[in-house]
Amino acid sequence: MPLIQVDTLDVTIRRRDGTPVQPVRGVSLCVDAGETLALVGESGCGKSLTCLAIAGLLPRRARAQGRVVMQDTDLLALPRRAARLRRRALIASVFQDATNALNPVRPIGWQVAEAIRLRRSVTRAEAGNEAVRLLGRVGLPEPERRAREYPHQFSGGMNQRAMIALAIAGRPHLLIADEATTALDVTIQAQILDLIADLQAELGMGMIFVTHDLGIVAQAADRAAVMYAGRIVETAPVTALFASPRHPYTRGLLQALPRVDHDGRPLSTIDGIVPPPDRMPPGCAFAPRCPRVGAGCDATIPVSQPLTEAPARSVACHRPVPLSEEV
Amino acid sequence: MSHVVLDALLPPPLLAADGVSLGYATGRRGWLRPATRFLAVDRVSLTLSRGETLGIVGESGCGKSSLARLLVGLAAPEAGEVRFEGAAMPAPDSAAWRALRTRLQMVFQDTGGALDPRLTVRTQVREPLLIHRQPDPDARCAQVLDQVRLGPHLWDRFPRELSGGQVQRVVIARALAPRPDLLVLDEPVSALDVSIQAQIVNLLHDLQRDLGLSYVFVSHDLGVVRHVAHRVAVMYLGRILEIAPKAELFARPRHPYTQALLASVPVADPARRGARVAIPGDPPSPQHPPSGCRFHPRCPLAVPRCATEAPVLRALGATDVACHRAGEPGLPSLADVLSAPRAAVAPMPAREPA
Repeated sequence: MPLIQVDTLDVTIRRRDGTPVQPVRGVSLCVDAGETLALVGESGCGKSLTCLAIAGLLPRRARAQGRVVMQDTDLLALPRRAARLRRRALIASVFQDATNALNPVRPIGWQVAEAIRLRRSVTRAEAGNEAVRLLGRVGLPEPERRAREYPHQFSGGMNQRAMIALAIAGRPHLLIADEATTALDVTIQAQILDLIADLQAELGMGMIFVTHDLGIVAQAADRAAVMYAGRIVETAPVTALFASPRHPYTRGLLQALPRVDHDGRPLSTIDGIVPPPDRMPPGCAFAPRCPRVGAGCDATIPVSQPLTEAPARSVACHRPVPLSEEV
Repeated sequence: MSHVVLDALLPPPLLAADGVSLGYATGRRGWLRPATRFLAVDRVSLTLSRGETLGIVGESGCGKSSLARLLVGLAAPEAGEVRFEGAAMPAPDSAAWRALRTRLQMVFQDTGGALDPRLTVRTQVREPLLIHRQPDPDARCAQVLDQVRLGPHLWDRFPRELSGGQVQRVVIARALAPRPDLLVLDEPVSALDVSIQAQIVNLLHDLQRDLGLSYVFVSHDLGVVRHVAHRVAVMYLGRILEIAPKAELFARPRHPYTQALLASVPVADPARRGARVAIPGDPPSPQHPPSGCRFHPRCPLAVPRCATEAPVLRALGATDVACHRAGEPGLPSLADVLSAPRAAVAPMPAREPA
């Protein structure tokens, strides 16, 4: 049984003028304990909203429908308070902007201790000691002194370490990292990726790694789900996805990527732009930009189906890229 | 030196910086303590030829954007000199500087902020032509919008009605309108999605080929720089640590910091998992730069000399590198030094039953 199973998740947002838009449609995914799933896509594809729905952090005007099952419980079916307590024990999130996610008027150590005291019955002093230990564990130098400092005294990388300490304080079963290294410099990003991988192995956490960076997907994830215009268009083990992307959008993304390991040919591009959520085409959302578009693509929305030759992979496309064509 | 004679015969490079520095004052902390100054750009020298793209890479705070401002003359260096076609860059806001503005243009990262939200695309692109009193602004405006491949149906729209990639095309069109020789591009594609980024990278490439433009391309993204630059300069805390032809830099990075940068980038190839290595430590604050080589506190290859004596750029093959140890026979690579097993850490205690 997977650690978390998300079934046909929809997120609906009511706009200020009252019209609903649906930026996440029919998203199904699962993550095993100890496994890292990358949720990858370009801005506005719904990857962050999917994670906010899982973590129960959607803004007020947004509503999630579908099923989010962890430990035999559908978190979306629970009453609000029960769902919150359940999530507190199971799920933690790390976001992109750690410096703003932390409380500017409390010391770092106090904030980590608060996260511990919310989850375990320990004394203030015990929580404080545990906070210092956690800050040391995430690689903060001189944790006793640093625990008394404030977010503005930290660099971006140090604040992200502190956020990770906060997230693992409750030893979550599922860690959601939403663009957690995007704002960091590349040498610091490498450190944080190593830290997250170490902690994951140590705690046996499942992870959902939300990113737009295909490099991080290749380096840090076991499986990847590619999102486009609110839907998952392709799911596959990372090695297979990069070797032979089957959805034309995945292939387009990989070919458009300037690579640091080789150069030469001009980058291929995906013409056009993503349709806005209130003007989705009736069929496949990628059809207007798709180089492989054919009859039927604009009529019905393709359903995600496991591939016969590779059951671990699935693709939602009427005319998937044949296996023989490589990137 | 024989090539000194040769240099005198060649036309001067389009753009040259000779030991330029730029400092900023930090805010006063309390009225008794005076504001301090620090150098964001510290004695940087480089040249750019016609039709060439120089990539400038580095992490945040390394001074790459400040260097870009110096190179287009938006800021005056407090030491050294920037020369355009062999002549000294005039002081900002002087008449001579304004005349030169048509030939040097800058494109900033924040494209949303670069356009006026109340003006249509056409008006914004025509504006620099009117300011510089260029002939037939309407025709030229149409020509550059066509060159950046923005369809005429978009010309009378406002910036908010355009996508991120389209806005970046408008910004580039506006920079191209006065027919510049040089574009200084500061993180021009960083805010764009991969598929749109590729469109802009290809557009810049085509414009250079068709118009003979020179680019200074500032970016933190080594993958993008590898695709656009002919030569690459690597900056760290205000100094150039290495400058080399692109192929040389990526194949044989000489400076340990360049090696660290390249080794830190997650490569979009699952087969190369584990090839990534992380150097320890944060970049120091530019307000308190370390002594000697600025990279020595984080450098796994540092020796005592690195802490006392600042290395200067010296030629090593086609590369100029500022490192005491680069080129030493038998010098281990950064990956060899760093792949030593990581220090053991105390494991997390087991979960309590829920």
